[in-house]
Amino acid sequence: MTADLTALSAAGIAGAVRRGEASAEAVLDAHLTRVERLEPTLRAFLTVTRDRARAAARAVDEKRRSGGPLGPLAGVPVALKDNLQLEGVETTCASKILKGHVAAYDATAVARLKAADAVIVGKTNLDEFAMGSSTENSAFQRTANPWDPARVPGGSSGGSAAAAAARLCALSFGSDTGRSIRPPAAFCGVVGLKPTYGLVSRYGLVAFASSLDQIGPFARSVEDAALALSVVGGHDPMDSTCASAAPPPVPPIPPDLKGLRVGLPREYFISGLDPEVEKAVRGAVDVLKGLGASVREVSLPHTQYAIAVYYILAPSEASSNLARFDGIRYGFRDRSPRGLEELYERTRGAGFGPEVKRRIMLGTYALSSGYYDAYYAKARRVRALIARDFELAFRDVDLIACPTTPTPPFRFGEKTDDPVAMYLSDVFTIPSNLAGNASASLPCGLSAAGLPLGLQLVADRFGEAALFKAARAFEAARPFPALP
Amino acid sequence: MSVSEADVRRIAKLARLRLSDEEVRLYGGQLSKILDAMAELGRLDAAAVPADAPAASGALREDEPRPFAGRESLLANAPERDGPYVKVPRVIE
Repeated sequence: MTADLTALSAAGIAGAVRRGEASAEAVLDAHLTRVERLEPTLRAFLTVTRDRARAAARAVDEKRRSGGPLGPLAGVPVALKDNLQLEGVETTCASKILKGHVAAYDATAVARLKAADAVIVGKTNLDEFAMGSSTENSAFQRTANPWDPARVPGGSSGGSAAAAAARLCALSFGSDTGRSIRPPAAFCGVVGLKPTYGLVSRYGLVAFASSLDQIGPFARSVEDAALALSVVGGHDPMDSTCASAAPPPVPPIPPDLKGLRVGLPREYFISGLDPEVEKAVRGAVDVLKGLGASVREVSLPHTQYAIAVYYILAPSEASSNLARFDGIRYGFRDRSPRGLEELYERTRGAGFGPEVKRRIMLGTYALSSGYYDAYYAKARRVRALIARDFELAFRDVDLIACPTTPTPPFRFGEKTDDPVAMYLSDVFTIPSNLAGNASASLPCGLSAAGLPLGLQLVADRFGEAALFKAARAFEAARPFPALP
Repeated sequence: MSVSEADVRRIAKLARLRLSDEEVRLYGGQLSKILDAMAELGRLDAAAVPADAPAASGALREDEPRPFAGRESLLANAPERDGPYVKVPRVIE
């Protein structure tokens, strides 16, 4: 096989490796060559695990030679967001406080990728502890959008989105607490899936907000995203919030979408929505209609409260989850103090970056005596109302279609001085985390300036099968634009 | 909603964060602004709504200790250690 091996899909690579048309090592070399060429501009990776990847690829090739059965991701180069534990390799969460911290075990999702014969090529950049919408909050580097290096890749899983888009890997994984997979997918022109809460084990994902966090894939096709989920999803006794449900198999492309009921939430098509985004999303909805789907308006009346609820609950959970980073057991320790209290305070003050400190402060405030009922308890109640909005809507429709982000990818520095403006960029993705349902971003066109735009499809909890079916039909009818 | 410097220092103490004077001023202003943006929650009456997370699976299992193969790897991450112990500054004078 002489064609560019990085142009193959994950399913294509696994097929070629299984049939012996390409070796896993040749596939890896093609991707590593691209990493060398493009990384100086993109800076998607915090660690490239060249040697481990080569050993893994050779093991796959050896397994094939000896006639062993190969897994569904045989020889597929995969990148991991650097908040997923890969044994023996640094997990930093793009934070100074975890610099030098080496994972002592594999996340369940990572163990399943290895068992499926995937080849892990590295750990990707993120907003520190996954807190951010542009990957500008990384303590170490900024990652460029492959479509326009002057723009952000979205966040917090910006490195994984950029790496998949630029074909530095065939698949990548991120985590999504309020946005962190779908807007980066939209901004980088790839498919990004936030699975139903509980469908993928969180064991080995460094916790940000445990009632919201979910691991999911980035891919350049719906088929690959579904394939990735089928490998990492399913029950895990190591995560007590992991459901017993198995992920759906990769569906074939349906000939049409007759009978599918699609809802457009009135509250999402608002002033402030960029006209180019709106046009692309409405065009995408017309494609679904053309395939036979019926489209109607639905209402999610508590949408306006979602950001406030999220920015109380997520920082509250984060302030608790990040209490463990205190200079005692992991990574960085400020060695100047004399007492234990001072050691905690100085280590955390110097080790965490501004956005993480801001959120720890916000969460500590919302949980503190005198404010708990007004903020945390109230937000939990309103969260239930938001989840109820979706339950009612899904009595009338099978899927909800809406924009992934209110705007095309923005420029570096455009929103860094105003936390509230940055928080508002996640208005369309946060509700799905609060409700715990399934949602994906699909490329649905380019802006006049040539920037990718995203269509978000939201399904009910454990509705991934319906989501993939519609997404595959959409993709076949309107092929995704490829990175020039 | 205005968050005073004294509030910020009290919250920082609870959160075990050493902040510079500049950070105290910055976060005070930003927290005030963020809390203002959340004020709309106060206008919604949700007293009758139960505060349950919608997503928990409710699965239970026995909490049984099992051997962990990477004990040494875990200990190796401690910034200061003494054999199988993690070292901390003196806490009892």
